[in-house]
Amino acid sequence: MLIEFTERGMYCRQGEFYIDPWKPVDAAVITHAHSDHARFGSKHYLSHNRSIPILRLRLGENIFQGVEWNEPVYRNGVKITLHPAGHIIGSSQVRVEYKGEIWVISGDYKTEDDGISGIFEPVHCNFFVTESTFGLPIYNWKPQEKIYDDIRQWITKNHEDKFTSILYAYSLGKSQRVIQAAAATGLPIFVHGAVWNVQEALLNDGWKFPDVNRITKETPRELIKGNIVVAPGSADQSPWIRSFSPYKTAVCSGWMQVRGNFRRRNTDSGFALSDHADWNGLLSAIKSVNPEKVFVTHGFQSAFSRYLTENGLPAEEIKTEFGAEEEISPLTESNADAEITG
Amino acid sequence: MPMQKSPDNITPSTENISGFSLFASVIGRLGTLSGTNDKMSLLSNYFKTAPEKDRVWLIALFSGRRPKRPVQSGFLSLWAAEIANLPAWLYEECYHVVGDLAETIALLIPDPIETGNLGTVHDFMLILQQLENKTEAEKKMIILQCWQQMNEVERFVFNKLITGSFRIGVSKQVMINALAKATGEDASLLAHRLSGSWDPYDIGYEPLVLGKGDGDAHSRPYPFCLAYAIEGNPEDLGDPSLWQAEWKWDGIRGQLIKRNKDWFVWSRGEELMTEKFPELIPLQHLIPDGIVLDGEVLIARDGNPLPFSLLQTRIGRKNISKKQLLEAPVCFFAFDLLEWNGEDWRQKPLKERRVKMEQIHAQVNHPALLISPVIEFDDWNQLAKIRENSRDNGSEGLMLKKVDSIYQVGRKRGDWWKWKIDPMTIDAVLIYAQKGHGRRSNLYSDYTFAVRDGEKLVSFTKAYSGLTDKEIAEVDNFVKRNAIEKFGPVRTVKPELVFEIAFEGIAASNRHKSGVALRFPRMSRWRKDKKPEDINTLEDLKDILKQYNTTGSKAGIEDGE
Repeated sequence: MLIEFTERGMYCRQGEFYIDPWKPVDAAVITHAHSDHARFGSKHYLSHNRSIPILRLRLGENIFQGVEWNEPVYRNGVKITLHPAGHIIGSSQVRVEYKGEIWVISGDYKTEDDGISGIFEPVHCNFFVTESTFGLPIYNWKPQEKIYDDIRQWITKNHEDKFTSILYAYSLGKSQRVIQAAAATGLPIFVHGAVWNVQEALLNDGWKFPDVNRITKETPRELIKGNIVVAPGSADQSPWIRSFSPYKTAVCSGWMQVRGNFRRRNTDSGFALSDHADWNGLLSAIKSVNPEKVFVTHGFQSAFSRYLTENGLPAEEIKTEFGAEEEISPLTESNADAEITG
Repeated sequence: MPMQKSPDNITPSTENISGFSLFASVIGRLGTLSGTNDKMSLLSNYFKTAPEKDRVWLIALFSGRRPKRPVQSGFLSLWAAEIANLPAWLYEECYHVVGDLAETIALLIPDPIETGNLGTVHDFMLILQQLENKTEAEKKMIILQCWQQMNEVERFVFNKLITGSFRIGVSKQVMINALAKATGEDASLLAHRLSGSWDPYDIGYEPLVLGKGDGDAHSRPYPFCLAYAIEGNPEDLGDPSLWQAEWKWDGIRGQLIKRNKDWFVWSRGEELMTEKFPELIPLQHLIPDGIVLDGEVLIARDGNPLPFSLLQTRIGRKNISKKQLLEAPVCFFAFDLLEWNGEDWRQKPLKERRVKMEQIHAQVNHPALLISPVIEFDDWNQLAKIRENSRDNGSEGLMLKKVDSIYQVGRKRGDWWKWKIDPMTIDAVLIYAQKGHGRRSNLYSDYTFAVRDGEKLVSFTKAYSGLTDKEIAEVDNFVKRNAIEKFGPVRTVKPELVFEIAFEGIAASNRHKSGVALRFPRMSRWRKDKKPEDINTLEDLKDILKQYNTTGSKAGIEDGE
């Protein structure tokens, strides 16, 4: 097999490179810049150009090789191309081809166009590696526009009641979407340092985003009152957050689909806004890719692979170190942001 | 799609919705609001605006008056899986992640293309009531029709109406306070009016809440006075002579009511138990009219209370053998008098109530009516020593009551305190884990523990409570990384995490591999300092059993959980 599942991660022996390895290696191809996929310590990173500013921010100076989508790189006869995954900015599926055998490692992906991350491209292959973060039929998202409307209504209502709206979102990916949604209310947006750092790196890379204000110790809290704060989930219940009193909080995450998770987070509101494909998204992606076999990684891999197999598509569950063994615990999901929260 | 995920978004629309949709959106929002005040104002607003029959239903559901389940939940699951076109195992998988049947179904059924006016809660309750005599196929057709015209939160609430428990963080007291706010009536008065038996299908809002035209008033128990656990030292309560001490019994709290020559036995859960305990029936002819006694239903032999596990064998059992009546009869241990000669005595001081109660007891003179004795003590240290012997007396500690206190409504601080003995503890290792429900859905939060028996591990109890959310997340993570085998929703895990299990009682059990059943087991500490080699043994457990449970297994103890 062209791709092997090893202790260090997915490995292409012929091309001598890994995809999203979780241990340091000589050559790593990175699907996207979230910290469970892009880890420290490798000697050479290949990724989409749009991922590099964030990789640099998170991993420090290193050897980064950037490519465009569908721009081939060859390693010992193995052809590597990247294709949009629609997950976050720069997120890519990795297509690997050698002597007619084609693999697509999709990393994390979503099938709905969020207007920022590129549109998921179904790439035909023999072997498709898919995530399954929300691979159960209870997970079905509302259209982005509907959720954005809900977010704006919530913010407006809080503003009328003189509450500050605090939106918890991953600093990379979700925050940029939430900022776009929130900006249309016309209220000023204030952001946590982690969100600011990402936004600044993206701005320097030429992206256009609505204006936001970085919150520092000196920022008068009076300015923030009744307006909008975007922060990573790890800031929840911190003294920093309490300095914005009175406020209402909302978690923006696919996990908010289920009441128990929502109640556990003890927030005032929750929006099931996700950067991952929902159940139907996963199924439609796989159908359009039309592979001979599917390898199912992080999420509900056992249920999802069994469902695929029962429906006539051979599928196998693969243990990876993306997220947790079975699913990313909603309680710890903010960990991906923790290292740069400071 | 799931509107309730953003409860505040519902606010603008509640003005345009009514009947069942309004009810559903209010229930949906209640589940997500965290502040009691917010919940109260939402409910009180509902009591002002909803159709009157629907208000009655809200009161009924939040005071535990659920109509008989019209459809088995197994069928609901089956039909939902069928509509969603899912194999049974995948439905099950979803259920274990969601942790709630009503919600699982609500999430799996697709939304209607357009929604119309659904009618009132009362309409739906009638539809459900009429299901009773219908065939399975008819039931299915009707339920599916209902589902297909509802949005997610409506489906969720509708399913809750069928399957029961409305445990969404709103206590009966909060509901009553909201009702008081909406009507301007006194909350304790409302609590009394809403207690006892009434039929939500028949009763109107005004007769129920304003007490108009209520013919069953004489059956109603008084709201029970409850105690908080004592904080700090009993010495802080001051002069011991101002306090009365009694044993804290571990039975079923109840009220005996004799009014208009009628006889009622109520439990604290407001369940009518009149027929359940034949031993108490003779009392109805002996106790004078116009009397309400508060006390504890206990199994006793020669006037001495026996462990709760014995009482448990009697709960829900219709036919009781002569042997049982002889060996382990039920008694009522009275400790308070709430009504005498048809007059409400709750505002009189405890001392006075107690004297009168003792007179009644002497007058009745029947072995089924006992008096919970007053424990004599001179100072707090002496009482602390007496408390050490609680278990020998079949009690779980002491009750401290101010001698001049009135009989309060509900749980109030100050006049009554419970001073329980420290629980028994044992160190055990986690061996199985299962995902929890409600706010612990999709987290491994329900655990089974084992003690050591030579080289083997023997499971002896489950425990669900005692850990913080953070600790649960940590254990959850451990389980996910150290699961050995799957048995349906259960994971066996590497025996590595050691916990101190605290419990209130122990009884011999032939239903448990270990031979013992615990009462109120919970995790009191995570013993990160201990290794699985350091845990207690089955022998240790059996020693505790011998020590505390001398009366045990004759009557066939079943299950202490």
